[in-house]
Amino acid sequence: MNVGVGLPTTTPGTTGELLLEWAGRADAGPFSSLAVLDRVAYDSFEPFAALAAAAGVTSRVRLATMIAIGPLRPTGLLAKQAASVHSLSGGRLTLGLALGARTEDYEAAGVASRGRGRKLVEQLAYIRGGVDGDRVGPSRDGIELLVGGLSGQAFSRMARYADGYAHGGGPPRAFAAAAARAEAAWRDLGRPGSPRLWGQGYFTLGDLERGNAYLRDYYAFTGPFAERIVAENLTSARAVKDFVRGYEETGCDELVLFPTVADMDELERLAEAIA
Amino acid sequence: MRVEIIGGGPAGLYLAILLKKADPATDVRMRERNAPGATFGWGVVFSEETLGSLRDADPETHLEITDTFARWNRVDIRFRGRELTSRGHSFSAIARTRLLEILQHRCAGLGVELDFGVEVERLPEADLVVGADGANSLVRRLGDFGTVVEPEGSKYVWFGTDLVFDAFTFIFRETEHGLYNVHAYPYDEDMSTFIVECPLETWLGAGHQDMSEEENLAYCEQLFARDLRGRELFSNRSLWFDFPKVTNRVWHDGRVVLLGDAAHTAHFSIGSGTKLAMEDSIALANALVRRGWDVEAALVDYELERGPAVERTQAAASDSAAYFARVASYTRLEPIQFAFNLLTRSGRITHGSLGIRDPQFTRTLDSWFGGAPVSPPPAFAPLELRGVRFANRFSLVPSGFVAVSAEGRIDPETPTSDEWTPPPGDQVLLQLGHAGRRGACRPRALGRDLPLTDGWPLVAPSSRPYGPFSATPGEPDETAIRSQFVAAARRAAELGVDVLELDMAHGYLLGSFLSPLTNPREADERLRFPLSVLEEVRAVWPRVLGVRLSVTDWHPRGNSVEDGVAIARTMAEHGCDLVHVEAGQTVHDDRPEYRRGFLTTLSDRVRNEARVPTLVGGHLTTLDEANTAVAAGRADLVLLDLPRAEIERPLEASNTVLQAEVRT
Repeated sequence: MNVGVGLPTTTPGTTGELLLEWAGRADAGPFSSLAVLDRVAYDSFEPFAALAAAAGVTSRVRLATMIAIGPLRPTGLLAKQAASVHSLSGGRLTLGLALGARTEDYEAAGVASRGRGRKLVEQLAYIRGGVDGDRVGPSRDGIELLVGGLSGQAFSRMARYADGYAHGGGPPRAFAAAAARAEAAWRDLGRPGSPRLWGQGYFTLGDLERGNAYLRDYYAFTGPFAERIVAENLTSARAVKDFVRGYEETGCDELVLFPTVADMDELERLAEAIA
Repeated sequence: MRVEIIGGGPAGLYLAILLKKADPATDVRMRERNAPGATFGWGVVFSEETLGSLRDADPETHLEITDTFARWNRVDIRFRGRELTSRGHSFSAIARTRLLEILQHRCAGLGVELDFGVEVERLPEADLVVGADGANSLVRRLGDFGTVVEPEGSKYVWFGTDLVFDAFTFIFRETEHGLYNVHAYPYDEDMSTFIVECPLETWLGAGHQDMSEEENLAYCEQLFARDLRGRELFSNRSLWFDFPKVTNRVWHDGRVVLLGDAAHTAHFSIGSGTKLAMEDSIALANALVRRGWDVEAALVDYELERGPAVERTQAAASDSAAYFARVASYTRLEPIQFAFNLLTRSGRITHGSLGIRDPQFTRTLDSWFGGAPVSPPPAFAPLELRGVRFANRFSLVPSGFVAVSAEGRIDPETPTSDEWTPPPGDQVLLQLGHAGRRGACRPRALGRDLPLTDGWPLVAPSSRPYGPFSATPGEPDETAIRSQFVAAARRAAELGVDVLELDMAHGYLLGSFLSPLTNPREADERLRFPLSVLEEVRAVWPRVLGVRLSVTDWHPRGNSVEDGVAIARTMAEHGCDLVHVEAGQTVHDDRPEYRRGFLTTLSDRVRNEARVPTLVGGHLTTLDEANTAVAAGRADLVLLDLPRAEIERPLEASNTVLQAEVRT
């Protein structure tokens, strides 16, 4: 199993400078990927812009959206943004797409949230199917495509159009249950081989109060669920190691650990913990 | 710290005990609507595992509880005049009144304030308010928990009897109105619980809706007179109910938390309600202590710990409830198979795990299934179907989609029937199909249903494209396509293939004829073309002929399971020997339900309701699942999702064991 790290694009106090430093440091290892989240109605960086910047200061790590809310963007534009990052990074893009959980992001983007499932399906078919490929370049060939979500439809979209599954986070047991459903869907759709399985978690290895306050704020829309996410935050090297081991046993291919505090020390401590 | 508990059932009382024990300074008050002695229901069941947790949590009450327990390790199944017994199940039960007495007494001793006969209308002021007030919780209605309550299973009524059963006893009784079944178990030296259950149609047919409480009791007493051996049934406001399945998106809202049935119910047929409730109390008390009485943190811990366990139990309970709702379709099974099907209904017992609890039962089952005193596990039993012998139940190798013509291919890599040859050495299932509107796609390594830019013309019964960017299909030439199927079958016969199947699943051409989602014609008319293909192939194909069928479209306007079962029955009447059970993919935006073994229940329904042999896959990943499915009569053949090496190893191991057993 590979371990990747999140780019702190949604945490308070992040600067462009810090993002570039963070990306460069992550590229030096031991991380295999650098991933971003996607919000509109929140103080955060746009995921494709952030990955494009990261592409310039990295040469090795995969650049991933975990996930991007596809239907917020017109299909052709989404394909172009993704293809641009893919090309800028020399073919290192992993494009995770899902519906997102917050209607306020749709409102802020000025996009109807009704019909978003159908729109996501169309986007997946468009991107993977090479529709308009010559007109809407650069080439999308080789973009690793993931789909997130927990509904039966999310799993069938994943198995129909993508290369793998992007899980939304939780204890290893929850990931394992989702992975079994992803495998079942993959076989049902008659895809050869197995889906790539991506998982994620949060860590705070320094200022716990700041980290937890961020999670409470970021997930405030979920009501009491925010506290669950705080409870699952990895707050020690030991917790990180246990979590990584737990995920490894589930057959996860890539586990991305997202920061909660925009501070280079956090990245250093994580690098030590997983080294 | 002030804790207000609403509801004086086992969950509330047990929590009060544990909190007061953990810190005697805690101010714990319990309020209950009814008087201390009032209770509904008779005995409640526990497993050994639960008893262990109760012992660790509070040895004093554990001792008292186990003192008056009825214990048994047998499950008796009375069916078609026979009684089958399975051992090794370790259950115990106690009178609900006795359990409450013990808990109330302990509460009083610890200084818990107990208020009976108090109606609560608004939430009291406290550091923590606990809604332990049952499935119909008032506390729940006063907060925001994302509650869903829906009826589940059949009609049921809860009696007591002074006949002391000596095992957990399932009784099945056929009547002119349909099948009734009983769940009976002893709970002390004098009494047993006796729950009568029947599907709604039976219940209406017998006229229970017009009977008084006394008339209902007399009816049940008479119906089960033989089993009651002259003893009585007792009523304690024993009325017929629908079981309410309660789920909540969250179990706490601020300082208010739900416990036991208020938070979640599990159908009585797996006897887990009280167990779950008391385990909730233990988890909540532990979380409060561990978190230094930080209520918010403790409630999160409690929910995190209990959520997954409760979800698993609820899923098993729903499977069990659904089983009893359709149990009449199993009455033609041999008693041993009927019993095994019953024992494995909720997925918590498998052939493997039962073999550890009760090796004698599985040996009996295996010998019946294998037709010899010493038989290997069921999946290794041979099968004969229309003169074709299958060496076991899991080694049939599917060919993958083979198109009857170039136009019928899914993608350029799809083999066509005139070029396909069987792989040497395997018993192969030739899967013949025409892709219909799912044709002309890019190779499946990239994905599915991604149309080629330079594809061939598609055909389907309606002109609606399959997915985004899919081509618009034209009208099929039915006569030509039928002849292609017939020609392909003739060629397969010459190649010596044993098993041929016609692909009528997943929205390919024949499948798209069957569904109202993809064929605007009336139901009978929709079957016409697929049936004509089946009949003409049947006429030239002498060996096993299967139909691969999406038994449900997984779509609100598509074919339901009932429709799928009816179609399977029609196929069988027209010469189909084997239904390969699938679901969905008729349209691209269906609502599938993926999990391990997601097709097994559908296969069970086709096999037992349409009475046709079935083949099923659905992400079965172990031989234990295969053994369980075939022995329970849920399928005749299975497709395992295993690398071949892993299938061969246990086969060798089993052969070795078998030879060793034969020698001794």
